[in-house]
Amino acid sequence: MKKVLALVMALTLIFAFAGCGEAKNTSAKSEGVMTYAEYDAAALDSEVTVECYVQAHQSWWDNKITVYAADEDGAYFFYEMACSEEDAAKLVPGTKIKAKGYKSEWSGEVEITDATFEIEDGSYIAPVKDVTGKSADELKAFQNQLVAFNGMTVEAVSYKNNTPGDDIYVTLSKDGINFEFCLEYYLNGSDEAFYNTVGNLEVGSTVDVEGFLYWYEGPDAHLTKVTVK
Amino acid sequence: MIKKIKAVLAACVLLISALPLSACHGSKGFEAFTVPENFDESRHYEITFWAKNDTNQTQASIYEKAIKDFEAIYPNITVNMRLYTDYGKIYNDVITNISTQTTPNVCITYPDHIATYMTGTNVVVPLDDLFRDARYGLNGSEIKFDAPSFDELIPSFIEECKIGDHYYAIPYMRSTEALYINKTYVEKLGYEIPKDITWDFVWEVSEKAMEKDSDDNFKVNGQKVMIPFIYKSTDNMMISMLKQLNADYSDANGNILIFNDTTKELLKEISVHGKSGAFSTFKISSYPGNFLNAGQCIFAIDSTAGASWIGTLAPHSDISADKLVDFETVVCPIPQFDPGNPKMISQGPSICIFNKEDDGEVLASWLFTQFMLTNDVQTAYSKTEGYVPVTSKAQNSPEYIDYLSREGEDEEEHYAIKIQAAKLLLDNTNNTFVTPVFNGSASLRDAAGQLIEGVTKAVRRKQTVDDAFIDKLFDDTASLYHLNQGNMSSTSYGEKRDLGPLPKTAVALITILIIVWILIGAYYLNGFIRKHKKK
Repeated sequence: MKKVLALVMALTLIFAFAGCGEAKNTSAKSEGVMTYAEYDAAALDSEVTVECYVQAHQSWWDNKITVYAADEDGAYFFYEMACSEEDAAKLVPGTKIKAKGYKSEWSGEVEITDATFEIEDGSYIAPVKDVTGKSADELKAFQNQLVAFNGMTVEAVSYKNNTPGDDIYVTLSKDGINFEFCLEYYLNGSDEAFYNTVGNLEVGSTVDVEGFLYWYEGPDAHLTKVTVK
Repeated sequence: MIKKIKAVLAACVLLISALPLSACHGSKGFEAFTVPENFDESRHYEITFWAKNDTNQTQASIYEKAIKDFEAIYPNITVNMRLYTDYGKIYNDVITNISTQTTPNVCITYPDHIATYMTGTNVVVPLDDLFRDARYGLNGSEIKFDAPSFDELIPSFIEECKIGDHYYAIPYMRSTEALYINKTYVEKLGYEIPKDITWDFVWEVSEKAMEKDSDDNFKVNGQKVMIPFIYKSTDNMMISMLKQLNADYSDANGNILIFNDTTKELLKEISVHGKSGAFSTFKISSYPGNFLNAGQCIFAIDSTAGASWIGTLAPHSDISADKLVDFETVVCPIPQFDPGNPKMISQGPSICIFNKEDDGEVLASWLFTQFMLTNDVQTAYSKTEGYVPVTSKAQNSPEYIDYLSREGEDEEEHYAIKIQAAKLLLDNTNNTFVTPVFNGSASLRDAAGQLIEGVTKAVRRKQTVDDAFIDKLFDDTASLYHLNQGNMSSTSYGEKRDLGPLPKTAVALITILIIVWILIGAYYLNGFIRKHKKK
C-alpha cells in the first residue's frame, strides 16, 4: 500500500512539475526578444521584437493579416502584418509567433505595424479578464486583452451603412456610463449566428459580453461573445 | 458498332477540348451596347446599384429616397442597393465580379478605377450615345422626370469622366480638399492668417507650435500631444504639390513620371517636418479632424466632404465631449506654392454603368443614373457634406441658393464650416484639376501617397532620409505598385504592350488545347486515309 501511495505521490509531483514547466515556457522569451514590460515601456515608433501567442485574427487579405495576440503578461495587436495566405492558415488560436515591427499608436490604439513574423513551437490561450465596472482610464491597462463586461445594459445597436453585411456598433452601459463595442466584420462577421445575435440585441436588455479591448478614441472592444441574460 | 465507338470517342475528344475553353468564360465579354429604340415598360427590370457614403446615415437615406422616388416613376424597374463606405472596397469587389460577369448595373466610382475596369471587353458602357439620344438621352423626350441637359452639367466635372475619346461616367458629386485652421492657436503663436496661404507659412507655424514648456507640455495647447499639421490623403498631397510646381507626375499616355528630382526635394522637405513631429498623416496618426477638434492640431487638410466632422460645434464627432476644445475654425484652400495660380484637386463620386447582355437592362440602368442628377437628389446629397451639385441646374436652383445663404443658422443642415467648404469649391471650380486616367493610374495615385508615408514613417523611426534612401524608396514603390513597366496605359485602348512571359497555368492551358486539336486532326486524317484506302 505504501509503495502504491509513494508511486501516486511521485506521479502527482511529476505532473505538477510538468504543469509548472508548461506555464513557465509561455512566459520565457528567446534571446533578443522583449518581455511584455519592455514592450510596454518602449517608445512609440521604436522597433520591437516580441514573442506571443495568436488569440484570433481578422480575415487575411492581400498578403496582410491583422492579429490579436497575447502572452501571460499582456496583449498585442498586429495591424496588417505581412503574411502569406499559406501562413495565415497556420495562425490558429494558441499559435506561438516571434514578430518584429514598430510600436505605433493610431487614435489611442497601441499596435505593432509593418511587422513580419515567424511561427515557433508552443501554445497558449490567455484567460478572459473581467473588467466590469472599470473606468475608461483604468481599462487602458487592459488594452488588446480578451476582457469581459458583465451585466451590461444595451443602449444602442446600429449597422455600419444602416444595413447588415458590415460592422455592428453597440453601445452598452453600466451604472449610467456608456461604453462602445464593435462587432468587427473581418473578425467574426462570417459567424452568422453570432452576427444575428448582436444585430438583434434589444435596447434595454442585459448582456454579458467578451471581446478584445481595441481602442478608438476610447475603449472600443471587438466583440467575440455575447450572452443575453 | 465500331462506328458508334468512333462517334463516342469523337464526342469525348470534343468535350475535352471544350473544357479548357470553358475556363475562358467571362473573358469574351458582352456585345457592345446599342441604345434600344424603345424602353419596354411591360417588362420588369431588376438592377443593382453599388453606392458609397461617408459613414453618414443621411446620405444612405437620400439614396434610399432616390430609389423609392425613381421606382414610383418607373414601377417596372427595381433598384437593389448595396452600400459601401470605401471606394477601395467597391473597386476590389467590381474587379472580382468582372470575370464572372456579375458586376452591378450601376456603380459609384472614380474614373481611375473605371480605367482598370475597361481592360475587359465592353465591360463599362460608353455614355456618348446615351447622352445624345433624343428620346432617352439627357433630358430626352421620353424621360419621365425633370433631368438636366448635357449643357447643364458643369463642364469641368463632366470632362473628368472622359477616358480617351469617350465618356464612361457621369459626375455625381464633387468636392475638393480644404485647409481647416485653428485660428485661435495660429494667433496665439503670434501669426495672422494671410489671404493667400503658402506651404512655407504652414511649415513655419507648425514648427513654432512644437515649442514646449518646462513640464514638457506644448506651449500652444498645454497638452502632451500636438501634431500641428496633419494631411488626410497623402496621395492628394503629393499630386497637388507636383501640380502646383508644374512638375511631372504622369501623362495622358500613361507614362509614369513621378520619380523625379522635384518629388525628391518635396520628400526631403516633408521629412524634415515629419522628424520634428510637426507633420503627420492620417495613416500614421488618425483623422486630422479628431486632432483638430481636441486642440492637438492646427492645420488639418481633409476633403470638403468631411467638413461636418470639423470644428468645435461639428455635428459629427468621434471624440468624446470632454476632449473637445473651443476654438475658431477657418476654412481655406490648401496651401500653394504660387498663390497667384492656385491649384486644388477635384474629387468626388462619379457613376458608371456596367454592360449586360440585355440592352433594355442597360437602358433601365441609364434611366436610374440620370435620375441621380435631378435637382432633388443633387441638392439633398450636397447638403450632407461640403459637396457641390454637378449640374448648373441644381447649383442655380432656388433651394440650393437658399441653403447656401443660411450659413451658420444652425449646427446641423446649415453648419457654417460645411457650407463654407462647399463655397470654397464653388469659388474655385476653375482652379481644380484632375490627373490623367489610364489603366494603372489608380496604382500611381497610391504610390504617390506611399512616398510621403514612407519618408514620414522613416524619420519617426530615426532613419536618415537622404538621396540614397529616396532612391531606394522610389525603387521599392515602383516595384510594389508595378510602375516600373514604362507606359502603363496602352492596354486600355486597344494597343498592346509586353506583359512578359505567360504564366505557367496559361502555358499548360494552351498546351492542352494544342494537343487536343492535334488529336482531333489526327483522328479525322486517319478516317480520311482509311476511307480512301477502301476505295
